[in-house]
Amino acid sequence: MLLQFNQISKNFGGLQVLQGVQFHVPEGGIFGLIGPNGAGKTTVFNLITGLLRASSGNIVFDGQDIGNVAPHKITERGIARTFQNIRVFKEMTLLENVVVGMHDHLDYGFGGLLLNLGSFRKIEKEARERALELLSWVRLDHKAEMLADSLSYGEQRKLEFARALATKPKLLLLDEPVAGMNPSEKTELMAEIINIKQRGFSIFMIEHDMRFVMGLCDRVAVLNFGKIIAEGTPDEIKNNQEVIEAYLGKEEA
Amino acid sequence: MTMMEWWDGFWATYNTVIFSVGVNAMLALSIYVTLSCGLLSLANAAFMGIGAYVASLITMQAGLPFPLALLAGGVLPALVALLIGIPTLRLSGVYLAMATLGFGEVVRVIVLNMEVTGGPMGLNGVPPLTEWWHIVLLLGVTVYFLARVRRSKIGRAFEAIKEDEVAARLMGVNVAGYKLLAFVIGAAIAGVAGALNAHYTFTIGPNNYGFENAVDILTMAVFGGTSNLIGPMIGSTILSLLPEVLRHFKDFRLAANGLILILVVLYLPKGIWDPRRIRAFMQRRHAGKSASKKVN
Amino acid sequence: MLEQQLINALSLGSVYALFALGFTLVFGVLGVINLSHGAIFMLGSYAALLLVEKLALPLWLAMLAAMVATGLIGLIVDVLVLKPLRKRNAPHLIPMIATIGVAIMLTNLAQGLFGAENKRFPVGTIPEDSVTIGNLHVTAVQVGIVVIAFVLMIVLLAVMRRTQLGRALRAIAESPKAAYLLGINVEGLFYLTSFAAAALGGAAGVLVGLSFNAISPFMGQPMLHKGIAVIILGGMGDIRGAMIGGLFLGFAEVLTVAYISSDFRDAVAFGLLFLILLVKPSGMFGKVLERKA
Repeated sequence: MLLQFNQISKNFGGLQVLQGVQFHVPEGGIFGLIGPNGAGKTTVFNLITGLLRASSGNIVFDGQDIGNVAPHKITERGIARTFQNIRVFKEMTLLENVVVGMHDHLDYGFGGLLLNLGSFRKIEKEARERALELLSWVRLDHKAEMLADSLSYGEQRKLEFARALATKPKLLLLDEPVAGMNPSEKTELMAEIINIKQRGFSIFMIEHDMRFVMGLCDRVAVLNFGKIIAEGTPDEIKNNQEVIEAYLGKEEA
Repeated sequence: MTMMEWWDGFWATYNTVIFSVGVNAMLALSIYVTLSCGLLSLANAAFMGIGAYVASLITMQAGLPFPLALLAGGVLPALVALLIGIPTLRLSGVYLAMATLGFGEVVRVIVLNMEVTGGPMGLNGVPPLTEWWHIVLLLGVTVYFLARVRRSKIGRAFEAIKEDEVAARLMGVNVAGYKLLAFVIGAAIAGVAGALNAHYTFTIGPNNYGFENAVDILTMAVFGGTSNLIGPMIGSTILSLLPEVLRHFKDFRLAANGLILILVVLYLPKGIWDPRRIRAFMQRRHAGKSASKKVN
Repeated sequence: MLEQQLINALSLGSVYALFALGFTLVFGVLGVINLSHGAIFMLGSYAALLLVEKLALPLWLAMLAAMVATGLIGLIVDVLVLKPLRKRNAPHLIPMIATIGVAIMLTNLAQGLFGAENKRFPVGTIPEDSVTIGNLHVTAVQVGIVVIAFVLMIVLLAVMRRTQLGRALRAIAESPKAAYLLGINVEGLFYLTSFAAAALGGAAGVLVGLSFNAISPFMGQPMLHKGIAVIILGGMGDIRGAMIGGLFLGFAEVLTVAYISSDFRDAVAFGLLFLILLVKPSGMFGKVLERKA
């Protein structure tokens, strides 16, 4: 088990957002968390990345409790995240965006950077080469020197993937990756995600486009009003009575 | 009149202006560092003042050599910045600006009331130790240092923080630490600039380092442009020389400063030296020329 | 002794509160820290002085006219400087920098036009009357200040709490876009707010001018600093906060001068500012640090 959510509860003041949430994300493969809006899905991600602290329960990643890890240390542990509303660095080039993801892995000291020593130059050069490679994985390498601002929505999403991959994660958290996209963009992104999975990364995805999730994920958990109501393979979930009720009468994107 | 005589006359009249071009460039760069990390700090005038007073007291009262005074003039403001930075840099945008403004005023009031700093009269008779090469050297070191930082992961971290703190944090950037670094570097540069400035102006007083001065420094950077290192230097040079040019406007030249700030904010939001706008302008001219060539 | 100091504190605090009201109003509704508020305050003082000197207007009329005059200046600043920046959706530090430019311009224009020395109201303008109750000495000016300041504050609170206009303003303070979609004339109310806030600032200027009988182009600066401390203390954008914060600062300053030392008078405001920023940056009544679009 790569990631374990053990009896996590979270409340804000009087509001109980998550209650006794329990699920496991296996290594390799794509795990999906679905549920109606407001069910608490983004809170789950915020708890994992240290932006929030759980009121009770613990989160274990790769054998270690990560409940108290600060957000800027989460990538060190091997977890990277993309955001529902895309947060690329607009005024930086694609290449620079991806290189920021490598921040932790650029091991040179102050002296090296001040005196432009060989070690500094070598590390920076390798970083740029690796960034270019990551951009080629998402087929954006031909736009490497362009500003992130000039990309289309779908392309910015792909850039976010590349940047997250630059942190050398074991687990990639994707927060509503296809939100706001048209069907053809969604299909393209589905291919990108499968591509990333095939390269050996584990993926944990939040979505509420059921069709997208069912087509892509190996295992799915369903969150409703802060509680897990089902966990299993897409087929098991599709036929689960409670899940059907939770989604009854809801239009999907 | 011979060349030498003309030069001596020129230098005697304008050496302070020329020195101040260099010092102001350093000050503009000091606020550039903080702006490049997304911080609006109005405390750099206070740091300049701390550097000026510390250096002056060292040369005047301890009689220690100038380089030592300059060093202290950079180190002490840096330490103060470290101290007040830790609690205040958690604040965002406007609150940070207000907090730094407040800090500047507190420093001014303290200095105004301390005996060792000469109270409201300030310090008189600071030895004229600054030579042109001090300024050139230290400005050069500053520019080199900032250029190297800019091209490294530190510079990228600053820019990422400026664009989106949360995303930067989740990329592994220690946001609080880097903000503090930018703040401290800015303070050190401003402090050294203050130390240099004190040693060619003979007199320093608490009113040289107040809110108006913080605003002047900000104006120079904003006017010049904060996309890269060149902008602040251009801005500070123009605004240092402008008063001489506008001299006959007398009282209204300070009002002109205010007007310049407004006009720049409204019409040249990225300042005078904005590489993107210049490039776009060049491209349009180029397109215009080749279009007219085709027509002919 | 203490009671006398309290009278002085009340008077001083009322002026601080009045000044901070305009300041916080602009922040709450327009989302801008208007650092030219101090210059506007100063111009209010000069306006009253000129009206009394040149047109021999009675004091109460001069004050009203000065408020209108500064209101217009505030409106002009909004239309010429703040409105273009609104259209551009500039990040909120930019308008603040622009208002710094306005402040410098106005201050130095005043200096150029009126000279840098302190000016006084013509002899006989300021009522000399005072009342002595037991050990307490209260001047007519102090009474006038407290009364006028409180009246203006109460009127403002009433408008904000009980009128349609007030509801609209509060809606804008929450979210201008949402208010616009509700059919509220957001731009028009921005103009109105700028006018009203500047008028309040001008009123404070007149009262201070009368109180100390010393009008100079530079009187706006220290007032601005106090105003900043007050609105952060009270919570930015909060009217009760501005009122209570202003009174609090008045008391803190007067008591510091009386019982500690007059040297540190100006440092009190900033000491409090620092303290609050460290402990509860949103101030006494502030809730939200970032406002929605």
